[in-house]
Amino acid sequence: MSVLVVAEHNNVSLKSSTLNTIQAASQIDKDIHLLVCGFQNDEVVNQASTLEGVNKILQLNDEIIQHQLAEHVSQVIINLSKNYSHILAPSSTFGKNFMPRAAAILDHSQISDISGVISPDTFIRPIYAGNAIATVQSLDPVKFITVRTTSFEPVEIVGGSASIEKISLNLEGIATKFLDRKEAKSERPELGSARVVISGGRGLENGDNFKLLNEIADKLNAAIGASRAAVDAGYIGNECQVGQTGKMVAPELYIAVGISGAIQHLAGMKESKIIVAINKDEEAPIFGIADYGLKADLFQALPEISKELDLLNDIAK
Amino acid sequence: MKILVAVKRVIDYNVQIRVKPDNSGVEKDNVKMSMNPPDENAVEEAIKLKDSGEVTEVVIVSIGQEKCQDTIRTALAMGADRGILVKAGDDIEPLAVAKTLKNIVEKEKPNMVLLGKQAIDDYCNQTGQMLSAILNWPQGCFVSELGINDSAITISREIDEGLEQLEIQLPAVVTCDLRLNEPRFASLPNIMKAKKKPIEIIEIESLGVDTIPKVKYLKVEEPPVRQGGVMVADVKELIQKLKYEAKVI
Repeated sequence: MSVLVVAEHNNVSLKSSTLNTIQAASQIDKDIHLLVCGFQNDEVVNQASTLEGVNKILQLNDEIIQHQLAEHVSQVIINLSKNYSHILAPSSTFGKNFMPRAAAILDHSQISDISGVISPDTFIRPIYAGNAIATVQSLDPVKFITVRTTSFEPVEIVGGSASIEKISLNLEGIATKFLDRKEAKSERPELGSARVVISGGRGLENGDNFKLLNEIADKLNAAIGASRAAVDAGYIGNECQVGQTGKMVAPELYIAVGISGAIQHLAGMKESKIIVAINKDEEAPIFGIADYGLKADLFQALPEISKELDLLNDIAK
Repeated sequence: MKILVAVKRVIDYNVQIRVKPDNSGVEKDNVKMSMNPPDENAVEEAIKLKDSGEVTEVVIVSIGQEKCQDTIRTALAMGADRGILVKAGDDIEPLAVAKTLKNIVEKEKPNMVLLGKQAIDDYCNQTGQMLSAILNWPQGCFVSELGINDSAITISREIDEGLEQLEIQLPAVVTCDLRLNEPRFASLPNIMKAKKKPIEIIEIESLGVDTIPKVKYLKVEEPPVRQGGVMVADVKELIQKLKYEAKVI
């Protein structure tokens, strides 16, 4: 049997989470089909047609599913499910929205947020925000799975040549009306997928001081994060929260500034490749997991870092 | 209008969890337990709607052991009217939870069900979506703004790219994000009052719900321990290390 991957896209371009999900699928079975459902989505299909490992693309191009609401996407999946042993989507807010719905309609469970594939029915997934790792076996005939994208390398965007099959379905009307979509207009990369994240904690003392992080973030093309303590204190919005009750991140470089390292924060970032901690308290637990620790007053250290980065850039020029 | 809120009793978010030596799960004995954080937002939102007069009754339901009554009492102390405990084993799956909730929904006939967007123990993020699926109701997931107008709600939902706004016909299932509101603390008088509020106890067996697991937990392990690295003397050394040793800048 084949594996169906549900592509994440905005009808214009494919999101990189799709590439990580295809990688996870390739560890289950080599016959991978990609579902692209949306409206006027030819460009997405075009981009997807050369992806490494994808044999076939199923294109559903229908105005009714333009906004890919969960009630519609789950209908599409249910219609296709009999042809597949596994159905995968990224465990982004996109995949999390429709996948449990599709699974439940077919009286199936779902395996959420897998970080490893042991065999076609056995997977690894973090629980308790990564403070424990579970090995789980699915007993369902069809496996509905969401994939932790940071745990799988993206597949190559060239090298494949998928056939394209256009599908059409009679989708039922739903009790939901799409009103608007407001994408945060940030020059910065998204927190969940940024290569570098710089986060501030209560040590920053107030919201205004988060500007000190902006300057460094600009130079490193980093996303800005925060500890729950900083969010609770009102320094910054909750959309920046990293941790068990916020976002889980695993960037190549994570810089924790004025963050002591509460368990619930560590849970959200300890999968990062390199961790830097800057704190004036040398007993701060964050130093226990940091690759590079700097005991310093952040109000002195941050401007210095900014200056050093400028020097590096000058050398590079 | 009536709202049903589902709450889960989980290990408190500030507790360092321990994996059992036999790898069968996580130690829950003698560990501080609390209401799942986003479920508190769900309770808060229901009570806010009651305070504003849009809602007449807020019913709390929890599924699990006898001790879940504590979690229900917390919600009653915040201002909910009454509770329902469905007594069940500790680890029933989201699909079985959704089926159990469906039973309660059919009995209570609420106009809306509110839940937290996910539990911080199993991290599944499934129950709300599954409940709305098997009820054949629309869903609003990861909601950070909620408004009611007659027979519909208008929601903003948190998506990775920003916000999505939907208008959803009632009845509906809504899962709540932490940004939705600031849960209140129960006052002492309200805690005392909550002790007198009724909690109905139902055995899960009496509902005829299939709770046989479809996902087997083979083992639960500690994550690989991350070793601390080195302390650097100053910013200059830090930048040098990041550039030439770690090669990440």
